[in-house]
Amino acid sequence: MSNHETQHITARRKFLTLMAQSVGFSALGGMVWSGYLAEAKAAPLILRPPGAVGEMDFLRLCIKCGQCVEACPYDTLSLAKPGDNKPLGTPFFTPRNIPCYMCTDIPCVPVCPTGALEESRVSRVIEGVNELDITKARMGLAVVDVESCIAFWGIQCDACYRACPVMDSAIVLEYRRNERTGKHAYLVPIVNSTMCTGCGLCERACVTEKAAIHVLPLEIAKGAIGGHYIKGWDASDEKRLETQSSDVTTRTKRSEKSAQDYLNADEEVFK
Amino acid sequence: MKTWIRTHRFTLARRVVQLSILSLYVAANAYGFMFLSGNLSSSLVMGTLPLADPFAILQMFAAGALVGIDVLLGALVILLFYMVVGGRAFCSWVCPMNIITDAANWTRKFFLLDKSVERKIWLSRNVRYYVLALSLILSFVMGVSAFELVSPIGMLHRGIIFGMGMGGAALLCIFLFDLFAVKHGWCGHICPLGGFYSLVGRLSLVRVKHDHTVCTSCMKCKEVCPEKHVLGIVSKSSGTIVSGECTNCGRCVEVCESHALFFGVRNYINTNVGEKNDE
Repeated sequence: MSNHETQHITARRKFLTLMAQSVGFSALGGMVWSGYLAEAKAAPLILRPPGAVGEMDFLRLCIKCGQCVEACPYDTLSLAKPGDNKPLGTPFFTPRNIPCYMCTDIPCVPVCPTGALEESRVSRVIEGVNELDITKARMGLAVVDVESCIAFWGIQCDACYRACPVMDSAIVLEYRRNERTGKHAYLVPIVNSTMCTGCGLCERACVTEKAAIHVLPLEIAKGAIGGHYIKGWDASDEKRLETQSSDVTTRTKRSEKSAQDYLNADEEVFK
Repeated sequence: MKTWIRTHRFTLARRVVQLSILSLYVAANAYGFMFLSGNLSSSLVMGTLPLADPFAILQMFAAGALVGIDVLLGALVILLFYMVVGGRAFCSWVCPMNIITDAANWTRKFFLLDKSVERKIWLSRNVRYYVLALSLILSFVMGVSAFELVSPIGMLHRGIIFGMGMGGAALLCIFLFDLFAVKHGWCGHICPLGGFYSLVGRLSLVRVKHDHTVCTSCMKCKEVCPEKHVLGIVSKSSGTIVSGECTNCGRCVEVCESHALFFGVRNYINTNVGEKNDE
C-alpha cells in the first residue's frame, strides 16, 4: 500500500524523527566517549592519598578539586594532567619522586569535601575518642624484586629497612646463611603486608638504578587464596571448619570414577 | 581610548573577575594564601564556606556516589546564586574558557573569516542539551563522572592552578574549532555546563532589558552577541531578554549607543509595567 504522497507529516512525526536523529548522533558520540572512559577507568597502576576508598568508588566520589594536593606539605600529591595517562584530575603520588612522609596529623584527608578520602580509614578509637593514625593507611604495598635487590646478592644494604617509618615491622631483615661464601650472612628485606602503609619511603631510598623495592596498588600486589583452603595447623583458622556446611559434594561429573575409568578404558595401555 | 573603554566596560570587568578568581586559586595552591582554595569543581572560602559545581555533583549522583554534606551544601550555594541572581553568568564572568573562546572569536573577526567562508557549518545550539543528557547517561552507565573526566574547562582551570601537562593541546583544539570551524562553537553550541546553566538560570533576576522606542536598529548588539538568537525582541518591542541562554556578558549593553539596552532586575511582581514581552 503506497500512500506516501497523501501521508501528512504531523508535528508528532516531526518530533519523533528529531528524537530519533538525536539518538543516532548520541549513539556515535556515546560510543567514542564511553570508550575513552572505559580506558581511563582501567588505569590500575595508580597510588592514591591515604584514606582513599576503593578505586571504583574513588573515581565516583573524587570531584577533582585538589584540596588534598594543596594540604600536602611535601608536594607529594599531584592531580593527573593530560599526558599522565591516569584518570584526569584525580590525585596520585609517585613515591620514587616524592613519597608520602606519613604526617601524623594527616592534613590531606579531612579537607576532602566528598568523602573520597575517609577519615575513618586512617583513624582508630582510643578510649572512645577518634584519633588519626597514619599507620592504618593502606596506600599500596611494597614489593621486592629479589633479582635486582643487592641484599639478595649478599651485599649488605638496609636502605629500605632504615627508611621505613614503621621500622622493623613493615620491613624486617631476615638472616640467611650465604652458601656461596660459606661464612657470611644475607640480610634480606621482607615486607610484612599487614603493616606496610605503602608510603614509598623505601622505594625512594632504594640504591639501585631503578628501585628494587616499589609500591604497587594493593589489588595488583596481592593475590587471594579463596575460602576453601584452611590452615590445619592454625587452631583459629581450623575453627572455620565448624561453620562450614558439611555439603561438600563435587559437582563435576567425571570426578567420581574417572580416575580409574580412564586407565581401564585406555586400550592402548594393554596392547 | 575613552570610547573604547566605554564600549568594553563589561568585558574589562569580566576579565578582572575571571582573572581575580583564578589568581585567588593560584595564590592558595602556590603561596598558601587560603582565601579561596581548591578549584572551580569544589572550593572553600576562607576555610569555612564550601562551594561546589552543581553539574559535577549531578554527574556524581548519576554515577551512584553518596557525596558528603559539605560538597552538597557548596553545590546548593552556587545553584541558588545562579538560579535566583546571576542566570548563566558563570559562562561569561567566571569560566576561564570564556577568555579562550572570546580570543578565537576576536581573531575570527579580525581575519574576516565569517565573510570569506562560503559554506558555513550549521550546528544546532541544542547540541549542548544532548551532550548534557549524554553525560548523565554515561555517568550512570560507566560509574564515573563522564563530563568531568574529559572536560576541557577542568583541564584549563586545573592546568592554571596545578600544572598544565598536555592540556594545552586540548585547549588549542577548542581554540581552532571556534576559530575555523563553528563560530561560538564550544561555548554557544556544545558545552554541557553552559547548557546546564542555561536551564538553571532561566528564571533569574538580573537581566538585560530593551527599550525599543530609542533603538536605532543599528544591530551592533546582534553582531557582538555570542548567543544572538536571545536578542529576538531588539528593535521590535520593549521588554526583558528572558532566554536562559543569555550569559549576561553585557556586550550588547556596552556597544549600544542609544542606551536601548541596559541591565535591570526582572519584574515578577507587576508584569503589566514594561514587561509585556516577559515569558
